[in-house]
Amino acid sequence: MIASMTAPALEIRGLARNFGALAVARHIDLVLERGARHALIGPNGAGKTTLVNLITGVLKPSAGRVLLDGDDVTGLPQAARARRGIARTFQINQLFRGLTVLENVCLAVAERTGAARRMFPSVRRDAAMIDEALAQLDGLRLAGDALVPVRELPYGRQRLVEIALALAQRPRVLLLDEPAAGVPSAESHLILDVVASLDPDIAVLIIEHDMDVVFRFARRISVLVAGAVMTEGTPEEIRADPRVRAVYLGESGDRHG
Amino acid sequence: MAATDEIAVAARARRFLAAHARLRPTEALPWLVAVAAFFVFPDRLTFGSQVLVMALFALSLDLVLGYAGILTLGHAAFFGIGAYTVGLLAARLDWTEPLTGLLAAATCAGFAGALSGVVLLRYRGLTLLVLTLSTTFILQEFGNVFDRVTGGYDGLPGLSFSPVLGVFDYDLFGRTAYLYALAVLFVCFCLARAIVVSPFGRSLVGIRENTARMHSIGAPVHGRLLVAYTVSAALAGVAGALHAHTNAFVTLSVFDFENSAGVLVMLILGGTGRLYGAFWGAVVYMVLQDSLAKFSPAFWQAGVGLLLIVTVLFARAGILGLVEAAGRRLRGGGP
Repeated sequence: MIASMTAPALEIRGLARNFGALAVARHIDLVLERGARHALIGPNGAGKTTLVNLITGVLKPSAGRVLLDGDDVTGLPQAARARRGIARTFQINQLFRGLTVLENVCLAVAERTGAARRMFPSVRRDAAMIDEALAQLDGLRLAGDALVPVRELPYGRQRLVEIALALAQRPRVLLLDEPAAGVPSAESHLILDVVASLDPDIAVLIIEHDMDVVFRFARRISVLVAGAVMTEGTPEEIRADPRVRAVYLGESGDRHG
Repeated sequence: MAATDEIAVAARARRFLAAHARLRPTEALPWLVAVAAFFVFPDRLTFGSQVLVMALFALSLDLVLGYAGILTLGHAAFFGIGAYTVGLLAARLDWTEPLTGLLAAATCAGFAGALSGVVLLRYRGLTLLVLTLSTTFILQEFGNVFDRVTGGYDGLPGLSFSPVLGVFDYDLFGRTAYLYALAVLFVCFCLARAIVVSPFGRSLVGIRENTARMHSIGAPVHGRLLVAYTVSAALAGVAGALHAHTNAFVTLSVFDFENSAGVLVMLILGGTGRLYGAFWGAVVYMVLQDSLAKFSPAFWQAGVGLLLIVTVLFARAGILGLVEAAGRRLRGGGP
């Protein structure tokens, strides 16, 4: 417990993963202090989403460790890590499409509070859960859509629900996998505003292709190439690094999502 | 302005979610029909209790299939275990009290559900379908091999049970059996209903809708499914025990593939994930079977085939889905 006072929110040591002969993650080190704003950039196929899957426990690493507040969680399954404070959003929406926005968020609230184990209805306790979910939606200006089934929402609003679910977990570490992917550029600022105004205590790792967003948001940047961290530094250092310009910035003129 | 909007939304949201749990007037309909049937068809009560037993069996399947999205073709295993629990207790140990028999059946079937679920629920889709199916075949063969205890394919004929609650003796016209089955069905419906509107029940729906996301928001998916499977197995066991109580015999045919498939068809027909789909599906299926088979068994086989084709092509949500859609249209197209 003393360790958790000083330990970083998230620490990755020598994380590696092979699919057969293919190394998709090679000895990756990464540290997220409490309240970090860290961007992960790199060309398509560099292994960015794979790294998120390794951190959250979707994939088991071939080697290396994941530490959350100084505690080794490498052996824990995905759900246990989530309950310990790791939340993520998905590059492609993973929502409960047939349920309303409110029900979506309630599911996440119920898991965090343990209400999901309760096998009988309780008007009072259900109301507390609904109020919390509504407050969450209100913070993202989604309260007006609370009763709309997710599948009927425009894609941009669905991306916000994606974030709402993760925030309802009240995470200490939040991994955002291209939060504005697939959203028309006219609406993407809505999502990026939300990202910019996240609770300063949450350590955030964001995968993003839009360099303007990355340089505005991040205080540190890691560049991932072919499964390995090529370099890490402040936005100024990354911007000035000729290798980064060569492998990444040079080809990102089209700013695809 | 914004504040009043928020309050309005919050009030609507609370009402909306409360509406999930609140009893609707239409929910009284099945019970009114079931009670009315008791007076209208006094000479068909034996058939009526079979319908009620199948409604309970279909209800148990709805918990896992309709809510949690677990595809199984082996639910007859738990029905059979329930039936043989009360059958063997009565025939071999002279334990004939029906209500404790139901409890024993629920316990045995629930235990079997938990035990098999630990392994089976690691799989999904086609693999699970085949595994559940095979488990039922193995149980049936098991019963056949130990025929000294189970009576083999001849089963346990001529079982006699004590009066229900020590007062209501089984009569020739099946009046007691019908009311007893109806009472048990009602209690089980209340239980199942409480579960599906609870946060636990909603999390099952979450698993059905998106298992990957449930993992990532911290849900112990396997554990949840295991609890649901166990409860469902226990309910199926109660249905099997009722079957034995109301028929006064058990044979290994309770483990037949037809039993697993039949209950699945009933549920699809009535509508999955709706609780009452189990009730109406069982009623429609059994009544059609009864009336078509009077002409010829072939009529029924062809009839059920046609009915299923029409259901899955034009009414994926079953009879209740059609009724709900019609209701929405009447109220002016709102959701």
